[in-house]
Amino acid sequence: MIAAAQRKAWLGLALCATLALPPLRHLLEATMTLQMLVQIPLLAVAGWWLASFFSRRMTDALARWNHSGISGLLLVSFASLVWMLPRALDAALDTPWVAVAKFISVPLLIGMPLALSWPRAGFVVRGVFLLEAIATAFRLGWLYLASPQRLCSNYLLGDQQRLGESLMAIGAAIILFLAWKLVWGQPRLDAIRMEQD
Amino acid sequence: MRLLRTLLASLAILAAGLATLSAATDGFRAYTTETARRIDVREHPRAVPDVLLQTADGHIVELASLRGRWLLVDFIYTRCETFCSVQGSQFAQLQQRLAKPIAEGRVALLSISFDPAHDGPARLAAYQQRSRDRGAGWIAARTTDTADLGALMRIFGVTAVPDGLGGFVHNAAIAVVDPHGRLVAITDWDTPDEAERYVLRGLAP
Repeated sequence: MIAAAQRKAWLGLALCATLALPPLRHLLEATMTLQMLVQIPLLAVAGWWLASFFSRRMTDALARWNHSGISGLLLVSFASLVWMLPRALDAALDTPWVAVAKFISVPLLIGMPLALSWPRAGFVVRGVFLLEAIATAFRLGWLYLASPQRLCSNYLLGDQQRLGESLMAIGAAIILFLAWKLVWGQPRLDAIRMEQD
Repeated sequence: MRLLRTLLASLAILAAGLATLSAATDGFRAYTTETARRIDVREHPRAVPDVLLQTADGHIVELASLRGRWLLVDFIYTRCETFCSVQGSQFAQLQQRLAKPIAEGRVALLSISFDPAHDGPARLAAYQQRSRDRGAGWIAARTTDTADLGALMRIFGVTAVPDGLGGFVHNAAIAVVDPHGRLVAITDWDTPDEAERYVLRGLAP
């Protein structure tokens, strides 16, 4: 069990390092869609795996400040907001320190707190978080689709519109998934109980 | 206790998050690089580097030799066939509207090509001609050194991305340089009145 967790953590570190390799970095930063929907999510996955470095004692200590995963998910929301700014996507290409900040903050401030918080979050907290995620996907997608101007100096307008469509599709997919779970899924009574204690 | 600690942690995250967002958007004013560059130029004028330019008539001039007058600068590539091809006629219009201060040597227009390998003097001259250049006060030029071009584009905040069809997509704009050689404003490329107003305000005693 512990060995498996350790392996996952090392895998996270390896994924981070691989994504930072210049050829892969340039490939994934060549379009806005790849950067926002592939590179940044993969960095977050790496962070999720990195959370396995924490021992049970450490996660329990952190959980005392993270009831129902609320503070952790708040951190995830803010960190994600920053990396959704068109300006941040641009600066990650133009400014070296911003690129470094992206490779550190996405795993540590999005992926890792998500891993530490999501399993603790109950029905309500998860619902609020997902609803906000859906709304953000639609808002941002709409903005990218409707904007006649390029919002990133480094990317083309067509690319921006493709990202807009993809974001709308992702928002719709989360809704469908949730609807499916609500109608046919098993209600998570354990999570609800955890929220009450 | 757990709830109270979570509340405290959440408040700390909220404060740090808002502070970060505010810093990343210049106080919730700039969400795009383009807006950010305009705010930054307005609030912190930037010294324009002195580089050598080759003009459409083949002469080499120092950018610094144009100091002492207001400069309206745009970045172009002459092959442009989409909307940026209008930049030229906008400049010709400005040339006409600012004819008087231009004649007095107090204003000049400068178009710099970011595609110097292609835009030699002959092509720059043809570009001006087809934009209906009125003959005075509008200089079209290219850099003579790629490092100079890089420095200019960095200071002016110009990004040109290959559009996959042999051309470029770039953040076209009209930059205003004051008589001390400082970049003080960036205005929309398609509203030359804005740049004109800025210069006339600067010229007013």
